[in-house]
Amino acid sequence: MNPLLKKVKDMTANEQTPQAPARPPLRKRIRWDWAFLAVAASAAVTMSLVWPENGARTARASWEYFKELVFVLPAVMVMMGLFAVWVDRSLVVKYLGRESGFKGLVLAIVLGTLPTGPLYIAFPLALMLLKKGARVANVMVFLSAWACIKLPLELMEMQFLGWKFTLTRLALTIALVIPMGLVAEFLYHKWEEHAGYSELAREP
Amino acid sequence: MFEVSVTAIVIDALVAACLVASLVKSREKTKQALLIAFNATKRMGPSVLAIIAVIGIIVGFIPPEWIASAIGGDKGIVGILIAAFLGAVLFIPAIIAFPLAKSLLAMGAGVTAMAAFITTLTMIGFVFLPLEIKELGKKFAILRNGLSFIVAIIIALLMGLILA
Repeated sequence: MNPLLKKVKDMTANEQTPQAPARPPLRKRIRWDWAFLAVAASAAVTMSLVWPENGARTARASWEYFKELVFVLPAVMVMMGLFAVWVDRSLVVKYLGRESGFKGLVLAIVLGTLPTGPLYIAFPLALMLLKKGARVANVMVFLSAWACIKLPLELMEMQFLGWKFTLTRLALTIALVIPMGLVAEFLYHKWEEHAGYSELAREP
Repeated sequence: MFEVSVTAIVIDALVAACLVASLVKSREKTKQALLIAFNATKRMGPSVLAIIAVIGIIVGFIPPEWIASAIGGDKGIVGILIAAFLGAVLFIPAIIAFPLAKSLLAMGAGVTAMAAFITTLTMIGFVFLPLEIKELGKKFAILRNGLSFIVAIIIALLMGLILA
């Protein structure tokens, strides 16, 4: 057998837990994120080679977002690490947990509004807040605020679409994001109950 | 983009300051924090790079004129739904999206459809969905995106009422 292949096989063999000696189903063995990357990257490269004019735009856009990623992702992840280590669970529970009430919802909006890059960066932050004991509604509100309440974005919107359009949309968004978070939380727990298990194993 | 780099500098400086403070207080805890950061970055890496490739494809291969003709076509509820759907599925940088919306409004497109488009564009990222599911679970991701879509439609309809 090819030594490299054998090494890969040994590595995957090590990953299996002793309680489950059976091979997990194919669905579980595929690294979906790597598959997604392989498909997306080869599609982008192939299409760009076939249509170079569009390809130039593709390359420019991807490069812009890659730069943003390199400058923002590590910093936000370090921030998350520091938060995980230094901020006590009881503090998160107090300000963003079940009992935090309306103040917690407002705090979630404020946290989401802080200037911090694209939405995908917020997902691991949201996960950490959930694990530290923040309630689902607050995390939903946090993500929504992160996604659509950003000062540079609002300024640009105002410039193109006018202050009336921008401010009305902003006010309606803020007003509706909170009930949305509460409904989402209600449905989330209902769904969890129905499924009989929790997807978010809490940190002890 | 100018504002991105300013934001990035502010964030980087802030995090660097926090990191130094942490290092002064406890080396051990700082090491732990960096390990958490490293693992999270590693976990997200492939998905994030894939997202960047998909964004590149969308920006490079879907001309704004197509989006304009798709959204501008219907003035009724169908037009609003199409606008909301395109906003949810596509990823269009703000620097392209806002001028596009402006020219569509000038061409006579409805305020409601434009509001739906801009709101789903920012709130929902179909491109991000695999990563969101991976990080936060299927239930969370489906509920957030689904409800955001409904909320975007409500915002759009209210804007139509208020601004018309």
